[in-house]
Amino acid sequence: MNFDFSDEQLALKDEARKFLAAKCPPDRVRKLMDEDSPGFDPELWAQVAEQGWLGAAIPEEHGGLGLGYLELCCIAEELGRAVAPVPFASTVYFFAEALLRAGTAEQKAKYLPQVVTGEIIGTIASAEQAGPVSAANINAEVSGGKLNGVKMPVTDGVVAHHAVVLAKEGGKPTLYIVDLNGPGVSREAVNTIDRSREAARVEFKDAPVERLGEVGDGLALFEAINDRAAVLISFEQVGGADMCLEMAKNYALDRFAFGRQIGGYQAIKHRLADMYAKNVLARGNAYYGAWALNSDAPELPIAAAGARISASDAYWFAARENVQVHGGMGFTWEVDCHLHYRRSRQLGLVAGSARSWKHRLVTMLERRNAA
Amino acid sequence: MDFNDTPEEAEYRAKVRAWLEENAPRGVKGASLGDEDESQMDACKAWQAKKAAAGYAQIRWPKEWGGGGGTTIQSVIFAQEESRMGVQLGGPFAIGLGMCIPTVMATADDETKKRFVGPAVRGETIWCQLFSEPAGGSDVAAIRTRAIKDESSVDENGDFDWVINGQKIWTSGAHYADYGIVLVRTDPDAVKHKGLTMFWIDMKSPGIECKNIHQMSGARGFNEVFFTDVRVKDSQRLGALNDGWNVSIITLMNERASVGGGGGARGGGALKALQVAQKIRDENGDPLSNNTTVREKIAEHYVRAEGLRFTGMRSLTALSQGKTPGPEQSVSKLVQASAMQDLADFMVDLQDQAGIIRDPAHAVENADFQEMFLGTPGGRIAGGTDEILRNIIAERVLGLPGEIRVDKNIPFKDLPTGR
Repeated sequence: MNFDFSDEQLALKDEARKFLAAKCPPDRVRKLMDEDSPGFDPELWAQVAEQGWLGAAIPEEHGGLGLGYLELCCIAEELGRAVAPVPFASTVYFFAEALLRAGTAEQKAKYLPQVVTGEIIGTIASAEQAGPVSAANINAEVSGGKLNGVKMPVTDGVVAHHAVVLAKEGGKPTLYIVDLNGPGVSREAVNTIDRSREAARVEFKDAPVERLGEVGDGLALFEAINDRAAVLISFEQVGGADMCLEMAKNYALDRFAFGRQIGGYQAIKHRLADMYAKNVLARGNAYYGAWALNSDAPELPIAAAGARISASDAYWFAARENVQVHGGMGFTWEVDCHLHYRRSRQLGLVAGSARSWKHRLVTMLERRNAA
Repeated sequence: MDFNDTPEEAEYRAKVRAWLEENAPRGVKGASLGDEDESQMDACKAWQAKKAAAGYAQIRWPKEWGGGGGTTIQSVIFAQEESRMGVQLGGPFAIGLGMCIPTVMATADDETKKRFVGPAVRGETIWCQLFSEPAGGSDVAAIRTRAIKDESSVDENGDFDWVINGQKIWTSGAHYADYGIVLVRTDPDAVKHKGLTMFWIDMKSPGIECKNIHQMSGARGFNEVFFTDVRVKDSQRLGALNDGWNVSIITLMNERASVGGGGGARGGGALKALQVAQKIRDENGDPLSNNTTVREKIAEHYVRAEGLRFTGMRSLTALSQGKTPGPEQSVSKLVQASAMQDLADFMVDLQDQAGIIRDPAHAVENADFQEMFLGTPGGRIAGGTDEILRNIIAERVLGLPGEIRVDKNIPFKDLPTGR
């Protein structure tokens, strides 16, 4: 039994934690959220690229470090803990993974080396309206190599250079790469609940596209990419959830009421114990996801669903109860609780809601029960 | 990261598997507490003896004490393989070998150890643990059972009798146990934790009376044990006089050191729940498993059970690498107990009016969920209540302050008592 990260991987995680503590302290994130066009820290992005993190799991032939997904999970956990305001997930978990899964050799060579250096910020544009991404909910249409339609919200869609877009061609869901600075693309920022990550409404009017994968494979590819992203995001969630627990614990030790530390009251102690329990379950599920992702196991879709559901639940619970433990200070702008409150919901939705993942998980279990 | 054995573990597993194939009894039903008959106890004892002879009982213990001289991970591997074969015959020995005998080994003289350890390992003797009392549940140290020295009994070696009066409760297996370890109050003038002493005791001693407890589920696995002028020798003392609380910590630490097989079935009861939901029709004649709320519940159960299973695997990994597992396992019982109760309640609700039926001939799934409904409240109490477990996590894992103890500096005899 070797169900843990290696000493080298844990050392990488430790380094990432120190790096982000120095370069991405919470007051920096909060300051960024104050600005008129929030959601992206270009300086931090350049530093993250310099660390080589963008290419951690990208093969060396495309300029990456070629380490593997376990290393990427370690980095993800620390980015989540720090509530890093960078388009890492959009670029690495979605855009690069889409290329690695579905791109031709030519497409990989064209984009991946610049993803590794941070020159290309990528994202994925799938949703168009309220409700899950599904064939019925896609109206964007490609015909004659031109895309028409509206995608919203596109996370990191204001700063991204390229997007993988899910659209239909002759009624068949298909993926495309679109140059967001190219002709026929207009975009505007939309305000979101998490001002540390921006999002856009992107409108395509006869925008030229480059097909990614086969016509008609779009939804299956999207799901495969989403599974991979869900595992990586679950590590961001686990990192964030642990940070919330740490914040709540420290506050409960520092804050006195009725003559003693509030952390001595069972109402607080038991709440924190419940946070710990959920965090432990989420970490176990996330580890299984990491194993499935790294070994490209057939269990990946079920493992991803488990990681996603468990980590979304843990982070949301930890973030919301962290606010509660902080009392009146918890819902002020100056205290950091809201960074996690916002991010926990953003991460809990960006790769699909808990509701839709639970439905998907049971569908897979039904298939397994029938087999 | 993988789930594979190391080469040494794989070799050991193959050896164990071959031995089990050859030796394990097939189709023998284990003894379920309070409901066991003599032939089941005999089967348990026979299997324990066979394991001991082959070095597979108490694998982690030194060979000189009848153990296997092996490692913790080896004992886990054996337990996994044993359970894979469907052999569940260790129940009657779990408390003795898991808690009582380690306490004896840590505190008794060589003669006593020689007398008790071997036979217990071979399943010849069964032990029980007599700590809890009617007035000392979560507050285990609030023990009122008194031991008073009989000054007239001092013999030429200086040994003498203690006379015990009082009552113990929740004692698993007391009715078939040969021996027990008992925690009694020897100094009521001292503060609560300071006036306790531990003894080993012969359960056949005159004055001991066992009465089983009828649980709400109908099970009778626990006992009340009454002590009326029961005599133990001072030479039966385990540890120093009035140091029983520290001795009991040895016992309870051993309880905690027993790590599970990283186990449980995939998804806990969720896959079964899904199968049941597929068979029950809703208002429109569609399977209940199509209902969104039902699906979400099942998904949540699955994910929670899997989270526990993977947490067990993390602990096993630490053992496999020769490290001490982290505190993550402390959530296991807390999460599991409520999860089972929630699942039972959810599954009974799915059955609508038929959910009340407990008659196996008429109930869904032979009334498994109705049994679970009646059995699970005890799970949230026994072996540490939800509340105590949360305190333990908050204090020992997270480092939050301990509870305020108003009984700290007061002689035990002056403490207020309620029911």
